[in-house]
Amino acid sequence: MVLLLQYTLIFSSVLLLVALGGCVSEHSGVINLALEGIMVIGALGGALVMKFLPYTHGQSSAFVMFICVLCAAILAGVLYSVLLAFACINLKADQTIVGTALNMLGTALATVVVKSMNTAMNPDDHSSEIKYIDAKKAFLTNIGKFELNWFMIVAVIMLVIVFILLYKTKFGLRLRACGEHPQAAASVGISVFKMRWAGVLLSGLLGGLGGITYITAGVSTWKFENGVAGFGFLSLAVMIFGAWDPFRIAGAALLFGLFRALGNVYNGFAFLKALNIPSAVYNMLPYIVSLIVLAFTSKKSRAPKAEGIPYDKGMR
Amino acid sequence: MENQYAIEMLNITKRFPGIIANDNITLQLKKGEIHALLGENGAGKSTLMSVLFGLYQPEEGIIKKDGQVVKINDPNDANRLGIGMVHQHFKLVECFSVLDNIILGVEPNTAGFLQKAEARQKVLDLSEKYGLQVDPDAIIEDITVGMQQRTEILKMLYRENEILIFDEPTAVLTPQEIEELMQIMKGLAAEGKSILFISHKLNEIMEVADRCSVLRKGKYIGTVNIAETTKEELSRMMVGRDVEFVVAKEPAKPTDVVLNVEGMTVASKMHANNAVKNVSLQVRKGEIVCIAGIDGNGQTEFVYGISGLEPLKSGKIEFLGQDITKMPIRKRSVMGMSHIPEDRHKHGLVLDYSLENNLVLQRYFEPEFTNKAGFLKKANIRKYAERLIKEYDVRSGQGPITPARAMSGGNQQKAIIAREIDKDPKLLIAVQPTRGLDVGAIEFIHRQIVAHRDAGNAVLLVSLELEEVMSLSDRILVMYEGEIVGELDPKKTTVEELGLYMAGAKRQ
Repeated sequence: MVLLLQYTLIFSSVLLLVALGGCVSEHSGVINLALEGIMVIGALGGALVMKFLPYTHGQSSAFVMFICVLCAAILAGVLYSVLLAFACINLKADQTIVGTALNMLGTALATVVVKSMNTAMNPDDHSSEIKYIDAKKAFLTNIGKFELNWFMIVAVIMLVIVFILLYKTKFGLRLRACGEHPQAAASVGISVFKMRWAGVLLSGLLGGLGGITYITAGVSTWKFENGVAGFGFLSLAVMIFGAWDPFRIAGAALLFGLFRALGNVYNGFAFLKALNIPSAVYNMLPYIVSLIVLAFTSKKSRAPKAEGIPYDKGMR
Repeated sequence: MENQYAIEMLNITKRFPGIIANDNITLQLKKGEIHALLGENGAGKSTLMSVLFGLYQPEEGIIKKDGQVVKINDPNDANRLGIGMVHQHFKLVECFSVLDNIILGVEPNTAGFLQKAEARQKVLDLSEKYGLQVDPDAIIEDITVGMQQRTEILKMLYRENEILIFDEPTAVLTPQEIEELMQIMKGLAAEGKSILFISHKLNEIMEVADRCSVLRKGKYIGTVNIAETTKEELSRMMVGRDVEFVVAKEPAKPTDVVLNVEGMTVASKMHANNAVKNVSLQVRKGEIVCIAGIDGNGQTEFVYGISGLEPLKSGKIEFLGQDITKMPIRKRSVMGMSHIPEDRHKHGLVLDYSLENNLVLQRYFEPEFTNKAGFLKKANIRKYAERLIKEYDVRSGQGPITPARAMSGGNQQKAIIAREIDKDPKLLIAVQPTRGLDVGAIEFIHRQIVAHRDAGNAVLLVSLELEEVMSLSDRILVMYEGEIVGELDPKKTTVEELGLYMAGAKRQ
């Protein structure tokens, strides 16, 4: 039971962080389909720090390690999202196509980097794996049987920050105006370009955080050729189900996180085990649930009106 | 001597490739006056305003504020100089509250956090002072167009703008709301604000303005005092010739029923209610029946139902004696139904197609334009397009091969009208056929519609322009909240009475 809770919370944290990233970007008017790719690159940034920063559990400062990994993931995510921002905002490219391209590039790029790095260090090693068994312990605190991952706390903090940012600040009001009616925003002297850049970069930040959280959830090595197994897209589903509202997104993330966690721990429940359903079914659950849920709810939820439309000054 | 002008645009010239949009134009706005800017479509009004807002830099000429020469490089400069504008299409974020829209861009804040209490008080004070009734917490998409416009005005007042520009503000309002707006404008001028009122509605200019400047084809024609002029003179200045205001037409001689609608109900896409509720009506040969009403009372959906763009929830449509309730759009069109749509960009044109392809959009499959193997006969299409362009005076940069997107709104509309009327339909459905057009073009289109009626065809007109409703129609049906609430005879009713029906205050 504790295990189920633990997994639910960690997967929910991933979904929450990434979905918040999507939410901020879409409120500024840019559809961020590249979240999957941003997650991979963010995870890569964090994993590299975990691999190369010397750390012995119990001796080195866990906090320093944590901050370094956090910053590396954020930096990588933000840098990668620059590509999306530049293509979609400055070059007015089709946001769906750029997002898809960046997703493919993300996994491929990470695989190539890790493979060549592994091969350079050991000519027989052609894997795309990074191991961070020791370093990962830096983020874990045991409370009884419950293993608290610090990124869970980061996710909750981010939830509060994003909510305040979007609805209580000048920045948020302007950002949302750009996603709803950029011409109106421009007519009162707001730079739509700047706000959209800010939205995309923030989503890069949150996506990178989500990526590192994902690869430290439960495992201690990561094969980068697997990417992040569709979690970026799942987060988009969470965002739509959550109707672009931070707290509803949090609720949706918990629901989806629960189904994802079931796949990991269903063995621990006697009655689920007795049903004798193949594990593949449990692993499919979050994706199937997202299909069903979206089919029934996506029609009702209201997306920012101008999302996906490149801003053109001449248009009225 | 103290300078009496709030803003002066002196000898402004702005050229675009191949065209002089503003040719030596001078506009001087006195403090505390209402100054009308009159001109046809394409006369250069928008270009002049874009120069004032810094969107374009003029090649020649200067702008003075309170007698000082100023340089306006972008809209922010204009804002700083206290120039504000109510755009024709409101610049409001629909899912924001009235208050949020007003403060957007000049948000009162402490370290980035919004402080709305003070702003709300200021908005309430302003709305009381100028009689601009709004609810600061209402969401824009839930309030009336009139209140949205008041929000736009408050936006300018909140920014303490001194020069207020109204760009065709009455196009979307009911007669009562227009009357209110006129009072508000007079009140603002009395408080010392200078108002520039862009319009091509002569009646309104005569009622509210102190002076009027007229532009024609990019040139400055002159400025007159309204007290010393007449409507006829203004229109002559604008068009360059005499214009007939009253549509000359014989009394209608309706004969056979062309369109018979029984109990039509159409669901709404916006809300759970039906947009059209149990509407029955008939349109006969040789008459123009007009559906009047305030925008959003089901006229759009009613036309969708008849033209086949939306399925009916219940009811029956008969056209030329045949049940067409479930007939596809193409068949209706081939049977002799033409539709000049409300939204010319969405339903009227393929914007990225050339003008000639747009002109044959409904006929390309006819043997005249397609050979037996299925290839288009380009030469015939070109010839046909050239004829329509000439007959209907559709102006464009490159003739038949101009992309529809590159044409002005008025000429796009003329192209649609040419296409729809030239089909010689038994029933012409015209929705807002003259929206955004100037007096000359309106006169032309009205004559076409009347001629079509006189040729023995039926016309169903949907219009928000009361003047058009009154002068063009033979029979008026008023639609309110999806129902026909009254049938009026344009010869026996008044605009005021019509307005009461439209506002739901009266019904038969």
